[in-house]
Amino acid sequence: MSPEMIDLLLSGTWETLYMTIVSTVIAYIFGIPLGIILYVTGEGGIRQNRIINLVVGVVVNVLRSVPFLILLVFILPFTRAVVGTTIGSTATIVPLVVAAAPYVARMVESSLKEIDGGVIEAARAMGSSTWQIIWKVFLPEAKPSLLVGATISLATILGYSAMAGFVGGGGLGAIAINYGYYRYQSDIMFITVILLVIIVQIFQEGGLKLVSKVDKRTR
Amino acid sequence: MIELKDLNKEFKTAKAQVSAVRNVNLTIQDGEVFGIIGFSGAGKSTLVRCINLLERPTSGSVIINGTDLMRLNGKQLRDARKRIGMIFQQFNLLSQRTVEANIRYPLEIAGVKREEADARVRELLELVDLTDKAKSYPSQLSGGQKQRVAIARALAPRPEIILCDEATSALDPITTSSILDLLKSLNEKLGVTIVVITHEMKVVEQICDRVAVMSDGEIKEEGTVRDVFLNPKSETARRLIEPAHASADAPQAENTIRLAFTGEESGAPVISDMTVKCDVMVNILSANTENIGGKAFGQMLIELPADEASQLRIKEYLDGRGIHYEEGGLHRSAQEGGDA
Repeated sequence: MSPEMIDLLLSGTWETLYMTIVSTVIAYIFGIPLGIILYVTGEGGIRQNRIINLVVGVVVNVLRSVPFLILLVFILPFTRAVVGTTIGSTATIVPLVVAAAPYVARMVESSLKEIDGGVIEAARAMGSSTWQIIWKVFLPEAKPSLLVGATISLATILGYSAMAGFVGGGGLGAIAINYGYYRYQSDIMFITVILLVIIVQIFQEGGLKLVSKVDKRTR
Repeated sequence: MIELKDLNKEFKTAKAQVSAVRNVNLTIQDGEVFGIIGFSGAGKSTLVRCINLLERPTSGSVIINGTDLMRLNGKQLRDARKRIGMIFQQFNLLSQRTVEANIRYPLEIAGVKREEADARVRELLELVDLTDKAKSYPSQLSGGQKQRVAIARALAPRPEIILCDEATSALDPITTSSILDLLKSLNEKLGVTIVVITHEMKVVEQICDRVAVMSDGEIKEEGTVRDVFLNPKSETARRLIEPAHASADAPQAENTIRLAFTGEESGAPVISDMTVKCDVMVNILSANTENIGGKAFGQMLIELPADEASQLRIKEYLDGRGIHYEEGGLHRSAQEGGDA
């Protein structure tokens, strides 16, 4: 393989990591509060509120039901407004966040639902405020489950980022499409797939190792 | 002082409205250990949750030291709750916090300074004898140890009241006894008022001063533990007091009487003495006696001989010794059937 090709693959790997990690972090910045709102205002939540729950729930569901490739194209004007361009890795981050944040919100909500109701009751009985319950009970108690969710989200967002290669996104996905698909260079296609698999494996294993280190329930 | 006035709590389900608590009126004095006993589904857990408004009563008032909790706003209610500790059947500790961090939790939310909080935590660890477990996590503790952490946590903000919701029901008998001893000693040492919810008469016998018997959401009777134990007036109390296994065999037995021991007859071989002195044979159907704090506590169900002369002699003997008895208690309860 030519040195240029190796350079291309290295920069592709870097771009993929950049898009995936940055998108995941931003998706969590939006997704965690949304997930908390869904949980806290939901049936039996500590601040039950049908209207807020319905509104957030509908928005999340609508965004989740649009297939990623369609969303990507549909919000191109928005992407341009935010980052000034619609091609390249940074431009891909915008649709990735829009697609991933609602997904993350549901992941966070389901992690919070795993918390033992008795612990929440004890926190209320001790006179905790809603914020204190969120900060000192919900997030720490759900931490291991939230980390498992983050590991899964990371792999999902990596998959989305590869799709973005079809419409001018960067990264390994773009390389696989431009060289492997359009130019029939199946060896390049093969290498990008291997690289993507390795990245997912690292995320997955690293995430689970971290979870078992962090979780204090089993020792 | 805790005053519950005309308290009602209804739950709406898809099919019907359920009255979990009906017209409860109770007054619990400061420094008292008060028991609320009943079978499962009697509404006692709902009632205790009404005391700190974890469940908001449908109507009525919850007055603690003169303040009606129902009238407080959110912030005032949270402050009131800080003075009411609560412990639970399933302990409900924070699984991701160490023992000391669990005990520190109520101090953190009350905004107590770190050094002050740490000193208080050390003091409490010593009080519940868990100093060596300070850095452990709940998953590394036994049930009894977890409940002691929960007790220390409940005590941290120096509450005036501790609510115990079936606090010993998940523990073995020996651990139960040691947890009850701890609660009793805290009541004596700190003067903290304790409200105990339980379905076990033993728990009430061991630590309570007064008891209320609950069934179908209502208080069926209320009084000192001794009075309720000696003269149960309600069907529920009778069934709670009688040995659980006896009821099933009861219908065949005729002429039964229930002897109640409340401490005054400890150590004396009553039954042997009676059979010798009265020259009768009796059949012990069931017995449930134990030594609590050096006193015999419990009861015995015996079947008397058929002839009335012997029965009379036995009753005279028991009267003479001042032993409390009740005729046919079991028989009656077996025929009238359940109410829980």
